[in-house]
Amino acid sequence: MAKSIAELQTIAKIVRRDIIQMITAAKSGHPGGSLSAVELVVDLYFNHMKIDPANPKWADRDRFILSKGHAAPVLYSVMAEIGYADAPKDRLNTLRQFGSVFQGHPDMRFIPSLEASTGSLGQGLSLGLGMALGARLNASPSRTFVMLGDGEIQEGQVWEAAMAAAFMKADNLVAIVDNNRIQLDGFVKDIMAIDPLGEKWRSFGWHVIELDGHDFAAIESALSEAAATKDKPTCLIAHTVKGKGVSFMENNPKFHGMAPTADECKLALQELN
Amino acid sequence: MPAETKPKFEIKLGAATREAFGRALVELGRENKDVVVVDADLSKSTMTTYFAKEFPERFFSCGIAESNMVGVGAGLAMAGKIPFVASFSVFVVNKGFEQMRIGAAYGRSNLKVVGTHSGISIGEDGPSQMSVEEIALACSLAGFVVIAPADEISTKALVRASAAYDGPVFLRTGRPKAPVIYAADQKFEIGKAIEVAAGTDVTLMANGLLVAQSLLAADLLAAEGISARVIDFHTVKPLDRDAIARAAAETGAIVVSEEHLVDGGLGVKVAQVVAETAPCAMEFVGIHDRYAESGNPDEMLEKYHLVAPDIAAAARKAVARKR
Repeated sequence: MAKSIAELQTIAKIVRRDIIQMITAAKSGHPGGSLSAVELVVDLYFNHMKIDPANPKWADRDRFILSKGHAAPVLYSVMAEIGYADAPKDRLNTLRQFGSVFQGHPDMRFIPSLEASTGSLGQGLSLGLGMALGARLNASPSRTFVMLGDGEIQEGQVWEAAMAAAFMKADNLVAIVDNNRIQLDGFVKDIMAIDPLGEKWRSFGWHVIELDGHDFAAIESALSEAAATKDKPTCLIAHTVKGKGVSFMENNPKFHGMAPTADECKLALQELN
Repeated sequence: MPAETKPKFEIKLGAATREAFGRALVELGRENKDVVVVDADLSKSTMTTYFAKEFPERFFSCGIAESNMVGVGAGLAMAGKIPFVASFSVFVVNKGFEQMRIGAAYGRSNLKVVGTHSGISIGEDGPSQMSVEEIALACSLAGFVVIAPADEISTKALVRASAAYDGPVFLRTGRPKAPVIYAADQKFEIGKAIEVAAGTDVTLMANGLLVAQSLLAADLLAAEGISARVIDFHTVKPLDRDAIARAAAETGAIVVSEEHLVDGGLGVKVAQVVAETAPCAMEFVGIHDRYAESGNPDEMLEKYHLVAPDIAAAARKAVARKR
């Protein structure tokens, strides 16, 4: 059931508040890259993907892989919000703590509804390609979505997978680059520049769509275009703001991998009211 | 039976274990449409080419990109397939190791990784293509089953057992024709070592090509009045602890031989079990902290001390120490 943009925006705000509270409680984690991906992950789960949280292993479901596994909080919050039983909403604030299902990076041993255990960058697109090929062999309508960080695509394996996916005409595979322009050590352009990003993916044989990754209408339009694109995989280059929604985190490399203090948490939640 | 009446083991070459792997894949493909194969531009060497010809729609060439190949295989497993990914051991394990770790071990997927051209018996291509570390590496991955069959019959059976087993497997095969060890009706079970020769004074344990060399060594020892038991440890992980404990207790001396680095190989894993059960004299025949060179397979095995006289010499030392 499609949701209105206003409804999606409301969910996005809840997810952003979850992310801030989870990471604050954990006293460690990655707020910046979780906040930049909120609209993309919310739209996939609440609006676009064919999934059934009550039946998470349904064979023909669409699949989502968070290859940038350090953004786990956004995925945990969305899965809890939409109702996966193994991602209980009332336990979100146990993130990263001993005994929690909400491990530091997505871990299928603790949350079987996850499609992959991730955290070591560069691997998700290969896994997603395998799933897409499996779906094709099964004549299943299942589609696979892989979210990559912009820093992550510095990993060579991503380009091995990109080359193979285009060669294999995996049009049931969608890569989504969360292009927030910041990685751990600083700005991507200063660490290992990846531009021109669109040309790179196009030259590897992908259909490329560039969009504002915080605009639900743009996201849904791009995902629909990807679904209609035949014989080649689609890459969404989603231009996003690291730390989106919290003024002092936005575009601030410090919050790639640092938890807010209690005071910062309070400020952030005020902004997200 | 008295040693002198035992029939002597004679080397009779059968198919290479990589060839047996390729043939077994085709049989599996006919029986189960979920069996798929992923290769990295070596299908004519890994022998997945047979499968590719019969089932082109279930064969995926990933080009020369082993990391992605292993990841794609893991993804296929997550989609419910039974994928075999294959390349030379040295490439698939070294370049695909982290993908085996995240996608198959930690990610608990039903991935089968097959390394061909293992050990130094690949010969002329030299050390960049020789894999002498992969048993150690594969065994270090939690939950992986690790198999190193000796001949054609055992390879076919263990490839089938790997497909039937639900979980990640690494299976090691070799390039040269392998001496026949088993009759066609021999039964194999993952994790169950096979006694291929009875004996009471010393136990020679081995896998891969070194099983045949251990059988030859047993004959050399028999001529000197030393009765050697020979056990094929086709499964390195999980190890057959009972067979090890029995051998240690009953023969009091063990030689472990393998075409692999001694560090991290079958030998040290057996030694751990021996230490935990019935400590006894042990010797290790394998490659010691070095790389080999180009040459034919027989020259390689001889120069690097992986042939029957080396195993017999190690057995004499072990037997002498137990007295």
